[in-house]
Amino acid sequence: MSVILDAATPVLVQGITGRIATFHTAEMLEYGTRVVGGVTPGRGGDTHCGVPVFDTMKQAVAATEATASIVFVPPPFAADAIMEAADAGIEYCVCITEGIPVQDMIKVKRYQRRYQHAGRMCLIGPNCAGVISPGQAMMGIMPPHIYERGPVGIVSRSGTLGYEAASQLKAVGIGVSTSVGIGGDPINGSSFLDHLKRFEADGETEAIVMIGEIGGLQEAQAAQYARDHMHKPVVGYVAGLTAPKGRTMGHAGAIVSTVGESAAEKVQLMRECGVTIVKLPSDFGATVPKVLRR
Amino acid sequence: MEIHEYQAKAILADYGVAIPEGGLAYSPEQATYRASEIGGEQWVIKAQIHSGARGQAGGIRLCRDEREVWEAADDLLGKRLVTHQTGERGRGVYRLYVEAAVSAEREIYLGFVLDRSAERVMVVASTAGGTAIEEIAAADPDAIVRVNVEPAVGLQAFEAREIAFALGLAGLVPQAVQVMTACYRAFSDLDATMLEINPLAVTADGRLLALDAKMTFDDNALFRHQDVSELRDKSQEDPRERTATDRGLSYVGLDGNIGCIINGAGLAMATMDMIKHAGGEPANFLDIGGGASPERVLKAFRLVLSDENVKAVLVNIFAGINRCDWVAEGVVQALVQLDPSVPVVVRLSGTNVAEGRRILADAEVPVITADSLAEAGTKAAAVAAGGAAR
Repeated sequence: MSVILDAATPVLVQGITGRIATFHTAEMLEYGTRVVGGVTPGRGGDTHCGVPVFDTMKQAVAATEATASIVFVPPPFAADAIMEAADAGIEYCVCITEGIPVQDMIKVKRYQRRYQHAGRMCLIGPNCAGVISPGQAMMGIMPPHIYERGPVGIVSRSGTLGYEAASQLKAVGIGVSTSVGIGGDPINGSSFLDHLKRFEADGETEAIVMIGEIGGLQEAQAAQYARDHMHKPVVGYVAGLTAPKGRTMGHAGAIVSTVGESAAEKVQLMRECGVTIVKLPSDFGATVPKVLRR
Repeated sequence: MEIHEYQAKAILADYGVAIPEGGLAYSPEQATYRASEIGGEQWVIKAQIHSGARGQAGGIRLCRDEREVWEAADDLLGKRLVTHQTGERGRGVYRLYVEAAVSAEREIYLGFVLDRSAERVMVVASTAGGTAIEEIAAADPDAIVRVNVEPAVGLQAFEAREIAFALGLAGLVPQAVQVMTACYRAFSDLDATMLEINPLAVTADGRLLALDAKMTFDDNALFRHQDVSELRDKSQEDPRERTATDRGLSYVGLDGNIGCIINGAGLAMATMDMIKHAGGEPANFLDIGGGASPERVLKAFRLVLSDENVKAVLVNIFAGINRCDWVAEGVVQALVQLDPSVPVVVRLSGTNVAEGRRILADAEVPVITADSLAEAGTKAAAVAAGGAAR
């Protein structure tokens, strides 16, 4: 078991004919992901990376029965691509694109509300590294060789910090069930909380590593959920203890603008909720085994 | 992106918000001319810098005659104003806004922000105008009215009325509704991320006037707002950050002495935390992003080394889309071409790491290598303090 994605999941690539999408489609196929097609408006009928290209998501889903998609569309058009995926009945959509205007994301989130909660597409990202279920499939841009299959679920706002955690775990012989990047934007498609729920219900996952950063309040909400509703241990880290207030630290969402958004405040709240805190980003490998042994 | 008060006022006036009469001046002569154009008895001379709290820093002067206007303008132009938002270097004053002085009976706070949890725009208002919203929130959180706007339909008149009544603006409701709906339209049309009128004055003759205005815009949406992009004032930006922005690098200048070159915002913040833990102080945040070519790494080195406080450089790369061999080539080029006088610590991990390490070893350049994040932080802190890398 894993969450979101396994070897059987049929995946579409939105914007497949682009340079970056082409590179990562080849990587995903090589890793064993079931990429069944792609969409680029106006290129329907072509074959690209060995899979069929369609003009619209509806056509692509009708022809391939895909349930997941990954978006590599440039920022001005990415929100449109996400809504097209939702309208075509996709269950899981990963958006890699960085730089989508915030108001476009407000629209996307509002648009998704036209679907009942149970049937609503789960958007992962934008501005994220994607999802990998090691040994099975990946829908993202991560270096797959750093992941070992195993019992730890990872959910991270930062891509590279997720890699750092996975490789530290691999170095101590611990693998990952699924790693999910939720992205560095102010408005995320799905939150820490959404994925904690998935990992809690997943048979393969025994512990969850949650990697947050400054800005927003979702780490705190997730920690409260873990305290009240979860049985599996949660390990947490928050980047940005040294970040100055009011400055955007690379990620559009990494900015301390109000109470509760600093790393120190988040760490404090997570600790109070019983989350095992990783104090330094070099300590994932030392901390997770202790939690697993309990 | 930030803009000046006078620019925000011009935008809001276009949308139907009333503002006092005013004009821009680049010299004392222009300032006195503007004052005579505006007429009246009293004027406010306002330094145009990208910062709040200008009053406390002496950037806002009330003048009663032409001579006072001239003197205030002469004193302010060319000065650097330091506020709690600008850092020690402050911001240079190169433009003044001359405005008719207005006496307010009451001052209202009106703001529009992005509410990340609700994923909507939120109207924030308070009767305690003239003070920073953080102070209002700390002193009396219940004095703040908050309303989330439904994005599909925008701010409705009834919502604006509710806010107006809550603010005790009973006699001025139609005007207040107009101000609020105008602000919301400006916010949403122009992809703003923050809009603030503080204070919104209630005058003795029953008008609502925006005495100060501030807007910031979503950098990611500037592609569709050329008119807004043109309002950028580079003189207000930190020179290091301006250089970085123009080169597509994400950089935040800090006060420490360890220059950081890292890929990924999260890893960059984490590496800074690591440096601090090891007893060092980061000189900057710098994310070189995915797909970093040797040229990009070289540019990053140039930028980081342009900060004269830098006593050591730490390169920390966990390559996903990036390739360690490319980064290593960039490091070698930087060391050969720039010949930095400070030690350079390099930690490479991820895609093509073996090749990257081999390139560094073969080039016989004086880099200190580290295998882990912990080792990188410790070594950088040690060499920046003048010690040997253990």
